[in-house]
Amino acid sequence: MKLDRRKDLLGIKDLSRAEIDQILNTAVPMKDVIKRDIKKVPTLRGKAMVTIFYENSTRTRTSFEIAGKYLSADTVNLAVSTSSVQKGESLRDTIKTIEVMGFDLMVMRHSMSGAPHYAARNTNMRVVNAGDGQNEHPTQALLDMFTIKEHKGTLENLKVAIVGDILHSRVARSNIYGLTRYGCEIRVVGPSTLIPPEVEKLGVKSYYSLEEAVKGADVVNILRIQRERQQAALFPSLDEYADLYMVNPQRLKGAQEDALILHPGPMNRGVEISSALADSTQALINEQVTNGVAVRMAILFLMMGGSKDEIAG
Amino acid sequence: MKLLVKGGRVIDPENKRDELLDILVEDGKITRVGKSLKSKDAETLDAAGKIVCPGFIDIHVHLREPGFEYKEDLASGTRAAAAGGFTTVGCMPNTSPVIDNMAVARFVRERAQRSGVVNVLPIGSITKKQAGDELSEYADLLAAGCVAFSDDGRPVSKAGVMRNALEYTKMFGVPVLSHSEDLNLTADGQMHEGYYSTYYGLKGIPAAAEEVMVARDIVLARLTGGQLHICHASTAGAMELIRQAKAEGLNVTCEVTPHHLTLSDEIVGTYDTDTKVMPPLRSQEHIAALRAALLEGTIDCIATDHAPHHLESKDCEYNLAAVGISGLETAVAVIMDQLVSQNLLPLPEMVRLFTTGPANVMGLAKGRLNAGDTANITIIDPDLTKTVTPQQFYSKGKNTPFKGMQLTGWPWATIVAGKLVYINGRIIEE
Repeated sequence: MKLDRRKDLLGIKDLSRAEIDQILNTAVPMKDVIKRDIKKVPTLRGKAMVTIFYENSTRTRTSFEIAGKYLSADTVNLAVSTSSVQKGESLRDTIKTIEVMGFDLMVMRHSMSGAPHYAARNTNMRVVNAGDGQNEHPTQALLDMFTIKEHKGTLENLKVAIVGDILHSRVARSNIYGLTRYGCEIRVVGPSTLIPPEVEKLGVKSYYSLEEAVKGADVVNILRIQRERQQAALFPSLDEYADLYMVNPQRLKGAQEDALILHPGPMNRGVEISSALADSTQALINEQVTNGVAVRMAILFLMMGGSKDEIAG
Repeated sequence: MKLLVKGGRVIDPENKRDELLDILVEDGKITRVGKSLKSKDAETLDAAGKIVCPGFIDIHVHLREPGFEYKEDLASGTRAAAAGGFTTVGCMPNTSPVIDNMAVARFVRERAQRSGVVNVLPIGSITKKQAGDELSEYADLLAAGCVAFSDDGRPVSKAGVMRNALEYTKMFGVPVLSHSEDLNLTADGQMHEGYYSTYYGLKGIPAAAEEVMVARDIVLARLTGGQLHICHASTAGAMELIRQAKAEGLNVTCEVTPHHLTLSDEIVGTYDTDTKVMPPLRSQEHIAALRAALLEGTIDCIATDHAPHHLESKDCEYNLAAVGISGLETAVAVIMDQLVSQNLLPLPEMVRLFTTGPANVMGLAKGRLNAGDTANITIIDPDLTKTVTPQQFYSKGKNTPFKGMQLTGWPWATIVAGKLVYINGRIIEE
């Protein structure tokens, strides 16, 4: 199956390697579009998309919005706080209302795992998951993979460490599902309370020691740590977390010299990542954001049926 | 009025019968059980090829009336019971108002007699309003027809309160039915904690959330000598604790549900809210442990935990969905198809788990075919194959993860107090 044949993009879990390749390959010319003087191609003219975010996000929402605009799709953002959801409208009714306005595609973020799957079952619009609960964040994983491939030339057989709150992280899950398709050796590392049960069955190795986990790593993907987790008594304090798991140049000594540093943002400097590392040339955090636009353009293009000829040039 | 049930394979665990026999019913009572019975003026029900059993008993259902009639009421719930082969059900007190006083208990009894088609035995709440603090008036509730006490749906969190409940019920010789769950461990969990909760990204509920409470309750049963019944036991650890308690001679019994015996957490992956239930669907190891416990006799009865819901409370995000499965109309077919037909449970054992098993837990003189007993009879067609079609349920609750499954071995006829109330797919209305 190719992505253009698929109604929805709900998770990397569902994607074949061929589909992932198709997206990553399509994103290459998209990135060129972003770099142009006139950053607009007419390929999705006459198509309409809506972003609906039931959870706060600036970068992902903005990224989808501008991706749609660069492709000439009409793009509308539904801010949930200003919508009738506040008046108790059900998700099903909200989606139906949007659908009958004529939108072709809906980008959805929700704090609850499976909400986009529920939405997708109840609408004819195409649904792109922009992050659901602890489940998946497929476009983040795809932009991570795109960034890695750009720098390493391949995704095959790399050693990738994912650091932090694996338990609650949809970014970690989507990266695991994607990178394991390419034979990568994935190490997840974090405090024992934030490592999900039976995680090794996903085909990864789990560690409590950061130094051990990054040994020989080609890529280190650092997750954002959320304050609520400390409040839920999952670890004692952000200070202790930083003592044990803040990634800094010193702790990376065992990794490959040219190891790539990724972070989905927004960063807590001095907690999960040191400023020195965040500002180093190894860190591709800003590039990830640019690539995020390219990858999302590729997805919108493939799913809303743009024509290839209009991209070239 | 006479009814002759003829030529069926009669399985009556209490009387150790399993042979082709006839049953004669007169004026609502069983008068004879024997070979080649004849009666000139009796209506004959040809049960050749069918399995004729004492009326099945489900000690754990939610009939929702009063208060939640949009989910179920005593009319629809008892019809669902009859269609599912049950002649007697014990209904849980988490209604609105709660069955915590004589007036509500009487209301349920009377409504059931007027609008229902099977026997309804109300279960009173352990604590007033199921708030977990003060004991309900047990003597009053028993006088009004209650048969046991439970705060099902809301565990009794305070050990001191549970201790007193087990102590106080001793005087009356009735069981406390415990919904054993540590809410602090459940937190906002959505499914069984394990590989699939990791894979699907839903917050897990550890087996320990059930097991620590089962352990606590067993310790309290030991302390008090009270009669403890564990509702919907679902984990290997709970089974081990119950096995030990029984070996020690404590007054401890338990039930399991058809869904915990047959469905695993893997099916949650579609985020179909019909798979959301408490306790959650467990992993294969737990299912295997329940099945082993079933065979070795640790489990006293099968109960459905019938929890009908209206569409809106299930047609939503997984986290927001109500918990529970509408189980009355599929229980027997699920056990027949998934366990009995697969040679995982002998048929007479299944009959025991639906008859003398639950009758003994509740101390009821039911679940047997004795001459002189009220004629409650369940007849199963072991060869009937049907697809589970919730739209055809008598229950208002269409919420079942078994939907679309093709099952073989269904209830065929249900006789309550000598009256045929269900036969061949339909309820007989007066």
